[in-house]
Amino acid sequence: MKTPNFLLPAAAAGILALTLSACAGGGGTTGGGGGSGDAEQGLDGRGPITYVQGKDNSNVVRPLIEKWNADHPNEKVTFKEQTDQADQQHDDLVQHFQAKDAGYDVVDVDVVWTAEFAAKGWLQPLKDKMAIDTSAMLKPTVESGTYKGTLYAAPQTSDGGMLYYRKDLVPTAPKTWDEMMSMCSIAKENNIGCYAGQFSKYEGLTVNASEAINSFGGSVLDKDGKPSLNTDEAKTGLENLAKAYADGNIPKEAITYKEEESRQAFQDGKLLFLRNWPYVYNLATTEGSSKVKDVLGLAALPGVDGPGASSLGGHNLAVSVYSKNKATALDFLKFMTSEETEKFYATQGSLAPVLTSLYEDEELVAKLPYLPVLKTSIENAVPRPVTPFYPAVTKAIQDNAYPAIKGEKSVEDALADMQKSIESAGAGS
Amino acid sequence: MSNGTATTALRAEQDRGRKTAQNREKWAQGRTYISAAVILIWCLAPAYWMVVTAFRDVGFTYDTSILPTHVTLDNFNTAFDTSFGNRFGQALLNSVFIGVVVTAVSLLIGVFAAYALARLNFRFKYLVLGFILGASMFPGVALITPLFQLFTNIGWMGTYQALIIPNISFVLPLTVYTMTSFFREMPWELEESARVDGCTQGQAFRKVIMPLAAPAIFTTAILAFISSWNEFLIASQLSSDATQPVTVAIANFAGAQPNQIPYTAIMAAGTIVTIPLVILVLVFQRKIVAGLTAGAVK
Amino acid sequence: MATELGPTPVKSPASGGTPIHHGPKGVGEDNKILSQGKWASWLLAPTIIALGIVIVYPIISAIVMSFQKDAGLDPATGLFTAGGPAGVQNYVNWIAQQCSAPGGGTVACPPGTLGGQFWTATTTTFFFTVVTVALETVLGFWMAMIMARTFKGRSLVRAAVLVPWAIPTAVTAKLWFFIFAFEGIANKLFNTTILWTGSEWPAKWAVIIADVWKTTPFMALLILAGLQMIPAEVYEAAKVDGATAWQRFRMITLPLVKPALMVAILFRTLDALRMFDLPYILTGGANNTTTLSILVINQIRQGFNSAAALSTITFIIIFIVAFIFVRFLGANVVEQSGATGKGKK
Repeated sequence: MKTPNFLLPAAAAGILALTLSACAGGGGTTGGGGGSGDAEQGLDGRGPITYVQGKDNSNVVRPLIEKWNADHPNEKVTFKEQTDQADQQHDDLVQHFQAKDAGYDVVDVDVVWTAEFAAKGWLQPLKDKMAIDTSAMLKPTVESGTYKGTLYAAPQTSDGGMLYYRKDLVPTAPKTWDEMMSMCSIAKENNIGCYAGQFSKYEGLTVNASEAINSFGGSVLDKDGKPSLNTDEAKTGLENLAKAYADGNIPKEAITYKEEESRQAFQDGKLLFLRNWPYVYNLATTEGSSKVKDVLGLAALPGVDGPGASSLGGHNLAVSVYSKNKATALDFLKFMTSEETEKFYATQGSLAPVLTSLYEDEELVAKLPYLPVLKTSIENAVPRPVTPFYPAVTKAIQDNAYPAIKGEKSVEDALADMQKSIESAGAGS
Repeated sequence: MSNGTATTALRAEQDRGRKTAQNREKWAQGRTYISAAVILIWCLAPAYWMVVTAFRDVGFTYDTSILPTHVTLDNFNTAFDTSFGNRFGQALLNSVFIGVVVTAVSLLIGVFAAYALARLNFRFKYLVLGFILGASMFPGVALITPLFQLFTNIGWMGTYQALIIPNISFVLPLTVYTMTSFFREMPWELEESARVDGCTQGQAFRKVIMPLAAPAIFTTAILAFISSWNEFLIASQLSSDATQPVTVAIANFAGAQPNQIPYTAIMAAGTIVTIPLVILVLVFQRKIVAGLTAGAVK
Repeated sequence: MATELGPTPVKSPASGGTPIHHGPKGVGEDNKILSQGKWASWLLAPTIIALGIVIVYPIISAIVMSFQKDAGLDPATGLFTAGGPAGVQNYVNWIAQQCSAPGGGTVACPPGTLGGQFWTATTTTFFFTVVTVALETVLGFWMAMIMARTFKGRSLVRAAVLVPWAIPTAVTAKLWFFIFAFEGIANKLFNTTILWTGSEWPAKWAVIIADVWKTTPFMALLILAGLQMIPAEVYEAAKVDGATAWQRFRMITLPLVKPALMVAILFRTLDALRMFDLPYILTGGANNTTTLSILVINQIRQGFNSAAALSTITFIIIFIVAFIFVRFLGANVVEQSGATGKGKK
């Protein structure tokens, strides 16, 4: 017989599942399960804790933890290192929070996850007993750790976009977008591309598209977290990118660029202007293959009539509500955001500090000459949309900005669809 | 036509025939070599690029010269350097250990199941087959969260068994199906005649059937081992620093700068990971050939 | 064949490894089936248990979750609250591509939501499956035929064929991403300026090329094992009878390799329908390369219960494909074995 009865059991499993559903009780559902109960627990607890962070690129965290452990023999910190991939770090944290794992005490969260984790009730509010002093920190970085008026995560490192340019071809850096576009003729004369950022369809596109929108006075979300993309400012911002791509001022291959590809094009001397993060500075000035070592110029991102609004990168430190030793966790958190630690981060790992004072520190500036420019960038930065629906918001931006830049979709339609998609995500309650 | 000319013509014909046969043989052999060369290029060209990149100085990552340039061993040092927390050496051992256990266990219980399915008559056979196949139909990405919770509840997080058992389940359906399909092609009459000669059924199975099935068993073993060797998704969420396999260790490779993708180090790691596997297969291949000779009995 | 198995199996197979049977022959047919059933359950138990823990439990828990609403935001506190029962709403939303509307209820999903991608992702998944499995079967068969011949350097070829497969997918995907970069070796080598990851068809072909490269060895190996089971005498006899190469292939090779081939194609199809890593790393799902599995993981990050519903839908789709496959292509391994078993006695 040719009947595939062998498929029956799978169907049977389905029926079984239905009958079991009463007992299994939706295992694995998320929700405000953490709630305020857990936030009251373990506030005075002291003892060994675990610090969770993504790949420690330049070996900064280990020495710091060794130092802490030497001073706190009874409150030792164990370092749990995650992968280098942001998505996987995110998923790993979610899995552990869902399992109410008390083993993840202090966690390093990307600025864009802070609101989501806070809204899920996984992060200890940093107030009352757990309060920290943020007055010395750059304001946009503090905003990135704040959700609904409460601080949930302490800024640890920051990051802002900057404009790299060729000093040999452009005498003074453009201050505005229009000025930069007018300089594209220089690129044409030299037979190179004019401007590129990261326009591949991934998180970097959200960064670049938001920068374009924010720099021209628009915003992705308003103060209440509702989408606000149906404005002329937003339209001008995104149109600028689309127009530059259509003109060829943004080379066509930029549609495949992520950070590394765009850096490579610039280092090979194929670009006049590049929007990228501070890490490019070190590599472009030291890498053997770099053709722009001696002609590298650096400026704030161009805006309407002054510096543009960079998207904010970086990481915040948060305490898990499930931690049993929150007093120790708070001390460690303060230690990790202290001036000394921040300075170590900057010198050892080229990670941008969140403390205003360090940007004027002569020793640091000597080592990282881009700091003054970066300060301007971060001061003018807009945190990427602070919303618990960040994955949906970034998806809405990417899916619509991408065809808009490529010219496959009108900017109006793209913005209208972004608006609708974000509204829908927020309405999912 | 006269007799003589006929003979000559025939002889000429035969000669020509022989020559054509020889030519055809040569041509066939030649085609085999051409095909083999095409296969080699297709399979090895991208791998070649991996190796070339692995030996390239990180500062020249995007160099596109076909031949190696800026050759350095730095990337291999980076891969094995433990000071940055790369546990690549340990991870390599973990992967081998997990792979061997997964292969051995899944083959053993897979052969049981396949024997039952191919040789025994019982009710619900179709149900069982469907159940086993059904296990290969659920998106793997959706298995992680429930497994995470299950293993957290029973305190298995980060243990070897938390990595081994899922891997066994992933390779079992394929193992059972291939073994079943091969088992039913077996000349089981041989088993019967062996039993007539005084073997027990167990002996008959071991001494007659197993050697015949050797190519199939080793193929299945290779499939199982590589599948476990390649597994990443589950391991990335369920392993700990001490138990992580190479796939996870490679994903942990980071550049010296944030945002920098250390292609050269990743390719070095890929090279290191591939070599033992190829050696392993080459060693096993002798076994397969041995199995083949045994199969000539048939 | 069945009759030679005695009614009283002596040793437990769980410890033994191979089943050993003793005892007199010629007990009634029913009894035999019963005892064989007992045997079979022992032999199958480990497999069933292993699959039960790791696969069935998650599937059941996913199905349960799929009937729950995703957590929603309480506007007053800004915290997520559990969604409550959803009935089949999650399923309806996916299939009808409906998304939550701001004022309550649902609207057609606007571009930029995951919900609006269900059918394109399904189409893409099937497209990838059909193209990659077809290419892999043809290429794999060809490679296996070559490897089955005797020639100098055969082991080299056999080892080389394994290389693509031995490189972990995580590395493979990065490698191809690197190769297909605009300034990468692919464009350099062929002197082209294709935006491999920047437009629809090149991106699709990039995924297909990478997948075919990576998984053809799987096909080739399984088919090779099948070829090796064919005794050389069969070919010799056919040659003596004057069969052409094509006839030998069609009348001998193909039918005899068919069982192995069908298993290989069946499993490749099931795998391809769940394709994830390669397109995820290579293209990030951009330019219509989002497969159902990519959609699932993206949705997991936005809401588990809806993702569970999508996983279940994917499961059902694959189930249907497997059903059709077995029904019409006769990939049922056991059916013929039962037939031969019965036929011989």
